Amino acid sequence: MKPFEKYLLNRTTLPNSHTLAVYQANGGYKALEKVLKKPMTPAEIIAEMKASNLRGRGGAGFPCGMKWSFMPDPAKDPRPRYLAVNADESEPGTCKDRVLMEKDPHGLIEGCLIAAYAMKLQAVYIYVRGEYRKSYDTLLAAIAEARKAGLVGKRVMGTDFSCEVWMHKGAGAYICGEETGLMESLEGKRGHPRPKPPFPAGFGLWGQPTTVNNVETIFNVPFIVERGGAWLASIGTQNSKGNFLCGISGHVNKPGVYELPFGVTAREIVDEVAGGIWKGRKCKAWFPGGSSCALLRGEDLDVVLDHDSLRAKGSSLGTAAMIVMDDTTSIARVMEIIARFYDHESCGQCSQCREGTQWLAQIFHRIATGHGKPDDVATLESLAKGMAPAKTICALADAAAIPTLSAVRIFKSELEECIRQAKDPLAPPRIEYAGAH
Amino acid sequence: MALPAKLVQEFDELVTHYPQRRAALIPALHRCQEELGGWISPETMEALAEYFAIEPVEVYGVASFYPMFRLTPPGKHVISVCHNISCELRGATQIMEHVCKKTGTKPYGTSADGKFTVWPVECQGACANAPMIDVDGVYHEDLTTEKVDSILGGLA
Repeated sequence: MKPFEKYLLNRTTLPNSHTLAVYQANGGYKALEKVLKKPMTPAEIIAEMKASNLRGRGGAGFPCGMKWSFMPDPAKDPRPRYLAVNADESEPGTCKDRVLMEKDPHGLIEGCLIAAYAMKLQAVYIYVRGEYRKSYDTLLAAIAEARKAGLVGKRVMGTDFSCEVWMHKGAGAYICGEETGLMESLEGKRGHPRPKPPFPAGFGLWGQPTTVNNVETIFNVPFIVERGGAWLASIGTQNSKGNFLCGISGHVNKPGVYELPFGVTAREIVDEVAGGIWKGRKCKAWFPGGSSCALLRGEDLDVVLDHDSLRAKGSSLGTAAMIVMDDTTSIARVMEIIARFYDHESCGQCSQCREGTQWLAQIFHRIATGHGKPDDVATLESLAKGMAPAKTICALADAAAIPTLSAVRIFKSELEECIRQAKDPLAPPRIEYAGAH
Repeated sequence: MALPAKLVQEFDELVTHYPQRRAALIPALHRCQEELGGWISPETMEALAEYFAIEPVEVYGVASFYPMFRLTPPGKHVISVCHNISCELRGATQIMEHVCKKTGTKPYGTSADGKFTVWPVECQGACANAPMIDVDGVYHEDLTTEKVDSILGGLA
C-alpha cells in the first residue's frame, strides 16, 4: 500500500482530544475563522464543496456540495431552514462516526457551523442514536464549551453570524437513519419514512428546508474549507474522493476503524491494515459496506474499495464497513441474522417490506436450523425480487433484498445443501429464543 | 401521576430547542425512563401526554415504536447483549449463553430475584470491538467470558 497523508483521525489519538483547548492547539476553528473573517461567501463555500466532489459517507454517496445547493435561496424563500446531522449510526458493521464524536467532537461542531453559514441555517440538530451515550455526552459538553467561547449561539466570533447547535437523542430504531425517518423521529413521532418527493431541501423538518448529512461527511467540511476543494479532489479515484473511515469487523486479526484513501483494495485492507484473516484461515465472504450491500466472495478481495469498483462487482460501498467471514462461516446463519435484523427494523408502512422481511427471516431461520423446504431458495429469490428495487417508500426493503439476492446467487449450493441434508453442516453453536419486537 | 418538578423544569428548557414542543417527546421519554423506574409506565405516558398536550395513545405509539423504551418494568440491572452479525462472528452466542447462565435468566427475561434483565439487541455500533454488551447504559467491548464474569461480579 502506498504511503498517504491522514487527516480525519490525526487528532483522535491526542490526550484530551475532545476538549476545546486541544482542538484549538491543533488548528481547530481556523476554518470557521477563515469563513467568517475573510469572509468567504456562502456561494464560495458551496463552490469549494462541489469542487471537492465529496460524496456522503452515510451510505448513499450523494455529492455533498450538490445536496447543499438544493437548499432554496433565502431571498426568495424566507422560511427557517435546518441541518440534521445523521449520527444514528446503526448499519450492522458500522462503528466509525462514533470514533469522531467521542474523540474529536469539535471537528464535527466546526463542520456544522460552516454548513450552517453556507446554507444560511437557523439551527443544527445532531441526531445521535440513543445507545451512543458517550458520543451524546461528549458532544453536549463540547457544544457547551464552544458556546462559552463564543463559537456557538449568537454572534459567532463577534460577527453577524448566529447559529444554534442542539443535541437530540434517538431511541434505537435503525429506520431513523433513513433521512425522512430521522426527520419524523426528530419531530417526536414514530420513525416512519416519508415518500419522496417532496425532498428535504424543500420540505424537511417541520415542513421547512432541511439538509441531512452524515457525521463523517460534515467532519470533512473544515478540511475542505481550509485546504480547498481541489485538494480533496486530488485524493482518491475518479468518482470517490478523499480519505474515508473504514470500520472492519468479523474474522480479521485486527478489527478496527481505519482511515484510508480511496484507491486501496479490500485485500490491502484485510491483509496489511487489519492483520489478515484470523486463525490462518481464508476469507469466504465479505460485506464491503454494512449488511445492506451485496455479499462478495473471498476471491473478490482484489477489488478497489470505492463507489465505481464495487458497483462493477455488483455490490456497493455503503458505509465502508467491511464485515469479513472466514471459510468456516455458515452463510445460512449469517443470512438468518441479517434477515432477522431487517424484519425487526421494518417500520411496517409498506406491505412488501413488512411482510417480505418477515418471510425472509422465517425462511433463513428454517434453512439454518435444518428445516428448509425444497423450494426455499427459489422462494427467497422471488420474495426479494418482489421487495426491490424501489418498490417501497424507503430503501429498507432493498437493504433486506440485496444481501438476500447475493447470497442466493453466490452461495446457492451451500443453502441447497443445508436443505438437502436437513441440517447446516457449518452451523455454529446456537441458543433458541423468540424475537421480541 | 404528575411529572416530578425536576423533570418539568428540564422539559420546559428542552422544548425551547425546537420550533414545536412535540419534538422534545423522545428525549423526554428517555429522561422519564431514567428517572421513573427504568420503564415507561401507563402513568408516565399519561403524564407526558398532558405535558405535551397530546393524547396518551400518541405517546404510546411513539414509546412502543422505539426499542430502547421498555413498556414493562426491568430488573435492577439491564444487560443488553448484541446479537447482530459482527458480534456473532466473534462469539456473541457464547456471551449470551454465559450472561444468561451467570444471571439465572433467559433472553428477554428477568431473573427471579429481580436483579437482572437480559435483552438481546441489534447492532450497537461496537462492531470493531465485538462482542459487546451494554450494562445499564455503559458499553463493555472486546468481551471474553472471563471479562463478563468480572463485569457481572462488580454489579451490586
